[in-house]
Amino acid sequence: MDFDLSPDELVFRQEVRDFIKTNMPDKVAKKDEMAFVTEWNKKVREKRWVGYTWPKEMGGGGGSLMKQVILKQEMAIAKTPGLGTCFMGLSWVGPGIIQYGTKDQQERFLPDILDSKFQWCTGYSEPNIGSDLASLQCKAENKGDHYLVNGQKMWTSLAPFAEWMILLVRTDSSSENKHEGITCLLVHMKSPGLEVRPIKNMTGSAVFAEVFFTDVKVPQENRLGEEGKGWMVTVSALANERSSIAEVAGLERKLEDLKALVKRIEIQGKPATQDQSVRRTVAGFETIIESMRLNGMRYLTKQLKGEPVSSETSVNKLHKATLEVEMGDYAVSLMGHVGIHSRNSPDALDKGRYAYRALSWPDVVIGGGTPNIQKNIISERILGLPKD
Amino acid sequence: MNFGFTEEQELLREQVRRFLDNKCPLTEVRKIAESKAGFSQDLWNEMAELGWLGITVPENYGGLGMGWVDLIVVLEESGRSLFPSPIISHNLAIDALLSAGTEQQKETWLPAMASGQKRGCIAINEKTNWHTPEGIRLQGLQERGLQEKGKQRSNGYSLTGEKHFVSDVDAADFYIVAFRADDKPEDITLAIVDSSASGVKTIMTETFDKTKREGILSLSDVVVPKDQILSEGPAATETLSRLLELGAVAVTAEAVGAAETALNITTEYAKERIQFGAPIGRYQGVKHPLADMYVDIESFKSLAYYAAWAADEVDGSLSRSASIAKAYASDAFVRIGTDSIQLHGAIGYTDEYDIQLFIKRSKWMRPAFGDTHFHQDRIAALSF
Repeated sequence: MDFDLSPDELVFRQEVRDFIKTNMPDKVAKKDEMAFVTEWNKKVREKRWVGYTWPKEMGGGGGSLMKQVILKQEMAIAKTPGLGTCFMGLSWVGPGIIQYGTKDQQERFLPDILDSKFQWCTGYSEPNIGSDLASLQCKAENKGDHYLVNGQKMWTSLAPFAEWMILLVRTDSSSENKHEGITCLLVHMKSPGLEVRPIKNMTGSAVFAEVFFTDVKVPQENRLGEEGKGWMVTVSALANERSSIAEVAGLERKLEDLKALVKRIEIQGKPATQDQSVRRTVAGFETIIESMRLNGMRYLTKQLKGEPVSSETSVNKLHKATLEVEMGDYAVSLMGHVGIHSRNSPDALDKGRYAYRALSWPDVVIGGGTPNIQKNIISERILGLPKD
Repeated sequence: MNFGFTEEQELLREQVRRFLDNKCPLTEVRKIAESKAGFSQDLWNEMAELGWLGITVPENYGGLGMGWVDLIVVLEESGRSLFPSPIISHNLAIDALLSAGTEQQKETWLPAMASGQKRGCIAINEKTNWHTPEGIRLQGLQERGLQEKGKQRSNGYSLTGEKHFVSDVDAADFYIVAFRADDKPEDITLAIVDSSASGVKTIMTETFDKTKREGILSLSDVVVPKDQILSEGPAATETLSRLLELGAVAVTAEAVGAAETALNITTEYAKERIQFGAPIGRYQGVKHPLADMYVDIESFKSLAYYAAWAADEVDGSLSRSASIAKAYASDAFVRIGTDSIQLHGAIGYTDEYDIQLFIKRSKWMRPAFGDTHFHQDRIAALSF
């Protein structure tokens, strides 16, 4: 066991630190924030730190897993903006295109993802299809030079803002195996016949949407992977959505926020920091986050040794789900009446951001597979229990 | 970066695994647990021959010169088998000698410990049932009489009182005893007390986990000569903290193995037990609690490994990492023990079925070296 970095990794860490020192100002005025992030994205792109582990010939950095961890950790500690803004593009669309895409697709799509040019969205869920994704019904017919798509997608995050969608459709319903006959298509959101109807969520914002397809033509060259093999494309693309150590850094930041809040508030006239139950609850969160960090390190070590890591990542996903719900809720509960006041209320603290967080957790908790599905994955794939 | 074990450590794990599978299956564990000694001297001797009793003892004292990362491999596997042995107490005594002992004390005890001839344990707790130095009330009276007579063993202490909840006290040949010296009552003092010293008596007590033994160490005018003082002043408090933290790491490492066995037994049962026409492991009401167990075990396993690594480092990270590991494991292991019984139904409640041994171990482990609340308080003290 050792937690030392190699000389080469130490040099890289210094390079990252120097970069942050030069390019990350102490404070950015609210009005300049957009310009700063744009400029930042350009600079990290020039360093080839966006898509750091993607192959060089695909426009990535060709870097090692370990260095990517260093990169993301340093960025998280310094509270910098992310490495690129095209979240889904970088997380699974890009890796899917790298693995299954044609040369033409790689040239057309990857540079824009790396340049943070626009957002991608993911057309998986349907009105009647959620956790049981492989039963999807949205249909596409092969018309030779194009596919004709008819059907509906639901709960599609970022659809109101996205330029492109990675879409799963059924091209063959004759097979008894529901995993067969699914095809993966890359669809432009301005395609004729495609309609986006935003859905307001309980926080009041409309980030997800219903998407309707009425005779939408998707050219053949936009099919990702083989026809009928879309399930495999999706599974391996989603496998890229690993619970990374950088994600833990995000939770550590939230914990710091919570501790700062505890130091500011009083409970019935006494500092919250002196309340034993508060102290223990926060220590409890800290304990789980530290276990996530170390689980991540252990799984990373396995990956570095070339051993397979797959379903274990559900462990951290479950922890994350619990923490997102409970830490957000705990902040609100600590503040008593103040906690539930939203943005424009005169009684709100910090513009009501705790109230917002206490309701926005489904973004993360339900998005990548509900906790119950993660538990199915663990019990069936790791413990070997029979499928329900 | 490598947060995993070396090939040698994996090999050690296999050896220990094979040893325990062959020599101490649960049927044997039950027999040993019912015996008077509560552990097997024969197996202890065999472990000595294999070198496992001197893992953390430096080579110049006859040990293997390895560290806690190696030791937890043995502890994790011991826990997996609920192997009854005084190995944790033994290693805490070794560490006390290594951290604070004089050269003479080390030479006296360490080679004999590594070879299996002598065993030690730590006697810290009292009826106060505290885990902090504040709970230590045992008084050490300066041996003025000896001093006046001009004997060489001057400035020693005389101890009268009781130490409670002393793990493996009956198996030990010496005890690391914490007390308050009357000439410096604001600090604690740690001393080596030989089990053969005049005035020493042990009284075995009984808990519901018979795979673990403990008792009362009763001291009546027991003379501790100066050369048996291990540590005094603020240094003694530091040594004591380290022992508490190492103890927490050790029982957590055992809990990792024990909880994994509980999960395995319960998972296998869920695959075989048919109700409503299907194995109960098919139902989410059963498989989800099993997944929860897996999540918890994976997590306190990572924490235990890291704390063991910290125990071998000198950067001071042991304190926080040991507390985090124990804070997680104490409550989680009890949840696992409880759910294991519940998922079995009535058969899990029987004496004959093995799963009951694990809930007992989980509840034994909970207060050992501080429960979840105790360690959460230590973690919080670093932030607030």
